[in-house]
Amino acid sequence: MSTATARRLRKPLVSALALAGVGVLVLAGCSGGGDSGGGSGENPTTFEFLKNAENTTTEPILQALADDTCSAEEEAAPLEINSIPQADLDAQVQLLATQDGLPPMFSAGGNPAEGAKLWEAGYLVDFDKALTELGVRDKVSDGAVSTIEKLYGGAFNFLPYQYNIEGIFYNKAIFEENGWAVPETWDDLLTVAGEAKAAGLTAFAASGEQGWPLTRLVSGYIFRSLGPDAMQAVADGDAKLTDPEYVAAAQQIADLGAAGYFGDNVASLDYDAASNEFLTGKAAMIYMGSWLLGNINSDANQIGADNVGFMPFPAVDGGAGSIDEYPSNVGLPATFNAKTYAADNNVGAWLKCITENYGNEALKQGQITGFVADDTSIELPAISQTIKDTIDTSTDSVLWFEALFNAKASSISSTNAALLVTGQMTPEEFMTAVQTALDEG
Amino acid sequence: MKSVLGDRKAITLLLTPALLVYTLIILVPVAWSFGLTFFSGSALEGFEFVGLQNFQRLFTDPYVWDALWFTVKYAILVTLFQVVLGYGLALLYNFVLRRSSVLVRTLVFFPVVLPTVAIALLYQKLFQSAPVDGLVNELLVNVGLSSVDWLGSGTTAFVVIVIMDVWRSVGFYGVLVFSGLLDIPDEIIESARIDGAKSFKLLRHIILPMSLPILFASFIFSINGTIKVFDSVFALTGGGPGNSTTPLTLYMYRTAFQFSDYGYGSTIALLLTVMCLVVTLVIFRSSRRDLSV
Repeated sequence: MSTATARRLRKPLVSALALAGVGVLVLAGCSGGGDSGGGSGENPTTFEFLKNAENTTTEPILQALADDTCSAEEEAAPLEINSIPQADLDAQVQLLATQDGLPPMFSAGGNPAEGAKLWEAGYLVDFDKALTELGVRDKVSDGAVSTIEKLYGGAFNFLPYQYNIEGIFYNKAIFEENGWAVPETWDDLLTVAGEAKAAGLTAFAASGEQGWPLTRLVSGYIFRSLGPDAMQAVADGDAKLTDPEYVAAAQQIADLGAAGYFGDNVASLDYDAASNEFLTGKAAMIYMGSWLLGNINSDANQIGADNVGFMPFPAVDGGAGSIDEYPSNVGLPATFNAKTYAADNNVGAWLKCITENYGNEALKQGQITGFVADDTSIELPAISQTIKDTIDTSTDSVLWFEALFNAKASSISSTNAALLVTGQMTPEEFMTAVQTALDEG
Repeated sequence: MKSVLGDRKAITLLLTPALLVYTLIILVPVAWSFGLTFFSGSALEGFEFVGLQNFQRLFTDPYVWDALWFTVKYAILVTLFQVVLGYGLALLYNFVLRRSSVLVRTLVFFPVVLPTVAIALLYQKLFQSAPVDGLVNELLVNVGLSSVDWLGSGTTAFVVIVIMDVWRSVGFYGVLVFSGLLDIPDEIIESARIDGAKSFKLLRHIILPMSLPILFASFIFSINGTIKVFDSVFALTGGGPGNSTTPLTLYMYRTAFQFSDYGYGSTIALLLTVMCLVVTLVIFRSSRRDLSV
């Protein structure tokens, strides 16, 4: 009798214990989410910066600031830099944003449309207000601010760690050896390219794997032949990329590929390999932006920094654009998380220190940024000085091919550029594919 | 013990936590994703109800049909090569090498253990054509042919992908089918040999029919894996020049996460699910016929 009752009491007890035990074991596997990077509202104790791995120019300067001028801020909240591949950056930032896990500073806006979305959703700091509050608003150049506003939804919500103009870098020694004058028209450029190919060089070093170095040439031609508002017209719907004038631009670039001016195997050449082709003297010219100055002034440059010249994208005969309109951009900029920012916390202190000193520190390392560099004692290498002077005196700037595209059109444009120059896609097909993606919205 | 495990209530109680976790982690997201197919938008911008618009778009989107065709092409070719070559290897192990097959088996199996991304990087270098020629192009140049930009066009990139994935997995299928061949009783093979069956007749009438179950299992395994290919293609070509080597999984990933269109991405995922379901049903239907015979 007593054993039966005891057994009856024990059975539910055993089952309940078993249930609890198994439940704990199973849930233990699911737990361990950890706390998110920046936290929100509190004073972050680490100044975390999430950037794209391809950006190698911002980190050394931030590091130099942390070691020297901003050492007090470094003590309060040490700088921590994390990198992820550029192709995954927009998706990762969106994911972090919706999970309230954005770090205090992060790179974004590789695709301006995506960057503008972050601004509209309220995740970014309004630097116009913030920098005025900190008293350092005048340390950012107006040209950079206007480019940022053009790209990112009309507000100053990204920081111009880079401010670049684009054009064609050329190997001075090769030009002198062959007696070529610096071309100022498109036809002259084609002549020089043809002679470069005949001399056994690659006329233009370009990365087909990245795609955008090739589409920059297309937009360069479009701006020169149709005027500086040509791509804005496409974005507004007043013109289509499938219009004959736009397709003609793509045709010009496809012809460059057909004539072999990009060298063999341009489709699989990646960014580093293309820059190295130029910096080791195998290519006569490379279309690139002033961010290349870092590599030009470094030891990796085998042709010598004095040997590199810079020319603007040439004019097109009878075109509506002018040779003085430089394509300019702010690279892949960085911005601050509105949730972890406050004028009086560690992040605010870092922002103030960076804004005041980044321009000069970057100039010391030969980089030109959108921050004002007022230290006149810094000597620049000749090529950097040329570019700085050009930036200071340029009257109007233009954007680039994918600047105002949505993410899908931007992706289609850069992944199909290599097919355009290797003849696997006709200019009509290329422009149609991009226009279709634009129309999808 | 029996009193606890034999009792239905106890079993239910023990299963509930794991079942709950399974439902939450696997079943709920599947249902959620199905629900998303009727919406459009992303986490950042919010979702709006669009009814069947995503499905209409699915049927008219040329990229989806390209991706589907690539997935089917890839699945059939790679499965065929993997299983047939694996079968050949298994026959080699069982009938030719016998005892000494252990070393060969291990070496051929080794690539299966390597990470897919590492193998993709290896093949990128092997088939490189810019800035310098990789191993394969060097060989081609040395025999007098010209170097090929393997990853620069869709068809040649497809060849590289197939070679890479077959090389990686053939060891696994070799071992899998080998274990099936071991089950064939030696007496049957001996008696067939005594009756005068040569190797080809032996293969066709004895070995092949007896190893049909394991061959079938290999096909299922292979098709299941190849339809859902993602990491090896992504690491090798990233979708290839343009979208010529983009399988359905990669296109779905791009649409949802890079183009921020979760609704349409979920629709593509639904298409993938339906495809896998159809393949599974076809296989189960034919396997039932097979067993009943």
